[in-house]
Amino acid sequence: MAEPQNSPKDLRQAPVQGGLPSALGSTTSGAIAVAAESTTATRMSAPPSFDVADFPVPHGREEEWRFTPLERLKGLHDGSAAAGGADLKIDILAPDEVTHELVDRSDPRVGKAGKSVDRVAAAAFSAFEKASVITVPKEAVLADPIRIAVHGQGGTTFAHQVIEVGAFAEAVVVIDHTGDAVLAANVEYHLGDGAKLTVVSVQDWDDTAVHAGQHTALVGRDATFKSVVVTFGGDLVRLNPRVQYQGPGGEAELYGLYFTDNGQHQEHRLFVDHEAPNCRSNVAYKGALQGQDAHAVWIGDVLIRAAATGTDTYELNRNLVLTDGARVDSVPNLEIETGEIVGAGHASATGRFEDEQLFYLMARGIPAEEARRLVVRGFFAELVQQIGLPDVEERLIAKIEAELEASVA
Amino acid sequence: MATLEIHDLHVSVEAEGGPREILRGVDLTVKQGETHAIMGPNGSGKSTLAYSLAGHPKYTVTGGTVTLDGEDVLEMSVDERARAGVFLAMQYPVEVPGVSVSNFLRTSATAVRGEAPKLRTWVKEVKEAMERLSIDPSFAERNVNEGFSGGEKKRHEILQLELLRPSIAILDETDSGLDVDALRIVSEGVNRVRETGEVGTLLITHYTRILRYIKPDHVHVFANGRIAESGGAELADKLENEGYEAYVKGGASE
Ligand SMILES: Nc1ncnc2c1ncn2[C@@H]1O[C@H](COP(=O)(O)OP(=O)(O)O)[C@@H](O)[C@H]1O
Ligand SMILES: [Mg+2]
Repeated sequence: MAEPQNSPKDLRQAPVQGGLPSALGSTTSGAIAVAAESTTATRMSAPPSFDVADFPVPHGREEEWRFTPLERLKGLHDGSAAAGGADLKIDILAPDEVTHELVDRSDPRVGKAGKSVDRVAAAAFSAFEKASVITVPKEAVLADPIRIAVHGQGGTTFAHQVIEVGAFAEAVVVIDHTGDAVLAANVEYHLGDGAKLTVVSVQDWDDTAVHAGQHTALVGRDATFKSVVVTFGGDLVRLNPRVQYQGPGGEAELYGLYFTDNGQHQEHRLFVDHEAPNCRSNVAYKGALQGQDAHAVWIGDVLIRAAATGTDTYELNRNLVLTDGARVDSVPNLEIETGEIVGAGHASATGRFEDEQLFYLMARGIPAEEARRLVVRGFFAELVQQIGLPDVEERLIAKIEAELEASVA
Repeated sequence: MATLEIHDLHVSVEAEGGPREILRGVDLTVKQGETHAIMGPNGSGKSTLAYSLAGHPKYTVTGGTVTLDGEDVLEMSVDERARAGVFLAMQYPVEVPGVSVSNFLRTSATAVRGEAPKLRTWVKEVKEAMERLSIDPSFAERNVNEGFSGGEKKRHEILQLELLRPSIAILDETDSGLDVDALRIVSEGVNRVRETGEVGTLLITHYTRILRYIKPDHVHVFANGRIAESGGAELADKLENEGYEAYVKGGASE
């Protein structure tokens, strides 16, 4: 990327790249703060805590809630949601060397990745009964992915999941959410030194589901975390994917894809906390939107702390608005406390589906629907190729096609 | 034998302050095997004619007819026109991110030919056509027009012309912005297609330079949204010497 920088005053130059201006039906308000008043910490309405009582009930104007339709959270935010109704059906398929336990919140592994950053995450932490802990022993290299199928059957659930990958172990985890549920669930990924973990989390809920949660990765020294968040379904999905580095040399690649339809609210609020030196992060989220009141929100906060010299980070969010009536809010924020970094940049852009592209393809004989498919597939292609799991990739492509079919019909 | 007949064509665009008429009664007949040069100053409506024939949604036909072998072209959608044999090489080809040239070419050839070309012969066909146009083989894996230079875009348009074999080819300022080498390569491509005798060509240009490489049977001067004068190749010589002044005075469309 760019040259190492030596003093903070240089930051406004070489390695920092700003976002693009916004388009119709969207907001893109990026910021690169070198010594700003608005910081990741000041934008939170309460300090992180495991106790729901430490958070005031949000009224909707708080920075972290201002895009979310609170009335559709089914009471997850104000204490009125109670666990009950038909249980989630959870099936875990894992190679033999992997262990699975149910533990209490007093277990030291629970909460190790950090406290809850908003009231819903804290509500989940305060209310779950047993936490599920999946462990990949150190140096184990799994031949097959761990598959966690979460199927909602209409009830309300608070849950906590820990996935621990020992030092130098390598694992792939696919978490699949389907059905109908109200779910507040936090997930922790603990990566030991030199571990490699790829997580694919698919939110393929029915259109009635509500799903909120904090997904935090604790990345060990020289460990590699790759996350692919795929959100297609739900009435409201609000996820906080977060990364903390425990030592130097860690890498995080955070990819996301969403396809937001009629009336859906899909919100991804990322935070990458560079507190250790010589770590890398790369964020790329892409979304397509169609239909009345489809609303996608993407927040990308990257904090480079004073100790995090040698950091290399880039974040990107692109949105493709296929029809009128959809709305995107895209907010990248880069906060930099040291000038001695390798590179830092962000880009955010929201564009309408390009009629000129459609015309060009059709002028070559390609029918309209097929031309739309080509363009949207093309938009997602580079991200889909990053997943590296053929069955997930195929399912994604099929899903994208199905979403497009639905829109044409 | 394919014949494109344009009769009294009127076309408007939506502009600030309401619709604005750009084409004001175009009459033109192009037969398979013929080459018609359409020459005119900037803003005279040449691209509007090209886009209207291809069916671009921005242009509204307010009067007149366009038929291809008696079939009503104006009734057809953009893709139907292309499959019926109308090809437009665009003045400003569009970038399509994430769609590779090879995927694009095969998808369009499949659509236009009505069946997927046999993979083996297709790969060879594309490779040879690219070689003839001095297009590097690596372009097959690049995204359509993304990061192409002006000259590369134009060669890519002519590559499509060669592969799709239309009965009517409309080339909108394919020569603009090309250096002499690229102009020669592109002209040779157009001539190869013309020599089959199976295409009627509408060569839209601002300059006479390309007519040294591509010899038209007919030359039309386009001004103020219609054909102001028609003649043979000698009319191009007259334009070369005298310019467009005689045609634009008194009726500029601006
Ligand atoms: N979409 C449009 N909106 C408004 N004016 C247009 C549009 N397209 C073309 N025009 C106008 O129509 C006239 C003819 O344009 P064009 O067909 O591009 O000319 P040429 O190709 O001969 O240079 C110009 O005055 C141009 O500004
Ligand atoms: Mg033009």
